[in-house]
Amino acid sequence: MNTLFDKIWDAHLVTKVENGPTQLYIDRLYCHEVTSPQAFSGLKARGLKPLRPEKIFCMPDHNTPTHDQDKEIEDEISRTQVNTLAQNAKEFGLTHFGMLHPKNGIIHVVGPENGLTLPGMTIVCGDSHTSTHGALGSVAFGIGTSEVEMVLASQCILQSKPKTMRITVNGRLDKGVTAKDVALYIIAKMTTGGATGYFVEYAGDVIRSMSMEGRLTLCNLSIEMGARGGMIAPDEITFDYLKGREFAPKESEWDTAMAFWKTLKSDDDALFDKEILFNGNDIQPMITYGTNPGMGMGITEKIPTLESIPEVGRISYSKSLEYMGYQPGELLIGKKIDYVFLGSCTNGRIEDFRAFASLVKGKKKDPSVIAWIVPGSWYVNNQLKEEGIDKILIEAGFAIRQPGCSACLAMNDDKVPAGKYAVSTSNRNFEGRQGPGARTLLASPLVAAAAALTGKITDPRTCM
Amino acid sequence: MTSTCVPLPLENVDTDQIIPARFLKATTKDGFGDNLFRDWRYDKQGNQIGSFVLNDPTYSGQILVAGKNFGSGSSREHAAWAIAGYGFRVVISSFFADIFKNNALNNFVLPIVVSEPFLASLFNCISKNPETKVEVNLADQTVINTALGVSEHFEINPYKKHCLMNGLDDIDFLLSNKDKIEAWETENQQF
Repeated sequence: MNTLFDKIWDAHLVTKVENGPTQLYIDRLYCHEVTSPQAFSGLKARGLKPLRPEKIFCMPDHNTPTHDQDKEIEDEISRTQVNTLAQNAKEFGLTHFGMLHPKNGIIHVVGPENGLTLPGMTIVCGDSHTSTHGALGSVAFGIGTSEVEMVLASQCILQSKPKTMRITVNGRLDKGVTAKDVALYIIAKMTTGGATGYFVEYAGDVIRSMSMEGRLTLCNLSIEMGARGGMIAPDEITFDYLKGREFAPKESEWDTAMAFWKTLKSDDDALFDKEILFNGNDIQPMITYGTNPGMGMGITEKIPTLESIPEVGRISYSKSLEYMGYQPGELLIGKKIDYVFLGSCTNGRIEDFRAFASLVKGKKKDPSVIAWIVPGSWYVNNQLKEEGIDKILIEAGFAIRQPGCSACLAMNDDKVPAGKYAVSTSNRNFEGRQGPGARTLLASPLVAAAAALTGKITDPRTCM
Repeated sequence: MTSTCVPLPLENVDTDQIIPARFLKATTKDGFGDNLFRDWRYDKQGNQIGSFVLNDPTYSGQILVAGKNFGSGSSREHAAWAIAGYGFRVVISSFFADIFKNNALNNFVLPIVVSEPFLASLFNCISKNPETKVEVNLADQTVINTALGVSEHFEINPYKKHCLMNGLDDIDFLLSNKDKIEAWETENQQF
């Protein structure tokens, strides 16, 4: 009767507070430079050290510039934050992949590709996109800095158990429809608060057929509908992905691990608090038109009219469209855009680059478009080179930058100027996310590639 | 406590608005109150935007009243620091995003969930009379719109309530269970 989430949660229960939260053991703490400084200083102020340093992996990603990483970071505060993480890692003997370290990159890209995220684990990080790691069958969720301090101090966290939701997507995806589109479709249907209080498990034909990188994209976006986290039960695709990765179990440990991992699925009679069903055949390439990830639609559709919005939400809706410079009832196809960003923990992996390259191969980027092409890690960057994707992109007029979170949230200098439109493969289109006044359109790497070629919002299926 | 309120009748206010990313570079918890709702309070030249509620002296108080789904988006605890730093002790809404709710509680800011009718009528009262006072009683878990004499019961996790009322610390609690942590590690397979 248990769901996979229940099984992993219950297995990690250290103790429970009467009428209160559960003390949960955490197998993996990922630490980046933005949400850890105050946690480390809090720890030091208590005269404590990390309880289990070997379970903690640190790397800067949010502030890192995507060019000239061998030079000192120009922005003083960014530089301080990145250095503070390095100092804290050194002081406490924590594994740290600094800038230019061959394993450096966006933390939610680096974890899985190194076999640091494994099925059945509980994983936390001071970052809401920690949900990404659920793709490998782990219970992974974002936490605040105070909670990072808790995990540093005790390798445990206090959490109230969320409710469970299963989202099943059956049917098949049409050509040109990717995991990113599935995610944006689900969020549009669910709204940005629709899964608040729930931990989601994704199931169904479409999910089973998704590659691991597609699953990482899907789970990454779970937070955008308010879910505590999102996960997918491990299967052959998971095991094939993990085999041979540096930190994954090896030899006899691999066999033991596999035997355990194969038990990680929801029981046939598992009871979820909510069940939602979608059909993959209904999904087309998506694009957002507003200022939250739930304001998305099929790329050939029209922006909803004011009348179709519940009255209580109309003021916020109008404000959102005004910010974007769009009108209710408008088509987005054909509208001019200024920037394209390929990257982020959502779509910064090799398959995303393959998809982008497949569309631009032999063609040229529109000269009016500024494109930021940012691999999610040095590992991804090496894969690009090995596959010759770097040559395809350069010939098409694109320049490949160095790894980091980059324009997703523009904490480094990759900022979209006010009023400019950016088609972005990242995860949030909030006001000012990519720079004050920046206008973000969230989409898949295929939609981003099509926009980069034409300088306009374009259905990628017309370029395939 | 009893206080007047600052009304923000917008839905889906995300943590990027509460505290924009460029302010996350700090390495301490200080000064975040100055940057609360920064890009709604100040224009690019650094001038106050008169129409934004925090710049309107008509409204003041330790209670922020916000539209539903307050605090969505990024897990940045800096959002809670900004709200606490500015001087708010309570946020009232009909719906909060989970991570923000937790961060608020961990920083002694009380998120109170009220029904949509209560919220709507509170916004109404405040717009008619900016001096409208709200009374919050944590022990009883009640919130009262004193203008109408209408009260509502609100939910709060008993453990969090206990911590808030007694200024207690989660880390002391967790570490007091060190033997249980070690017992768990001995009994459970870890990779």
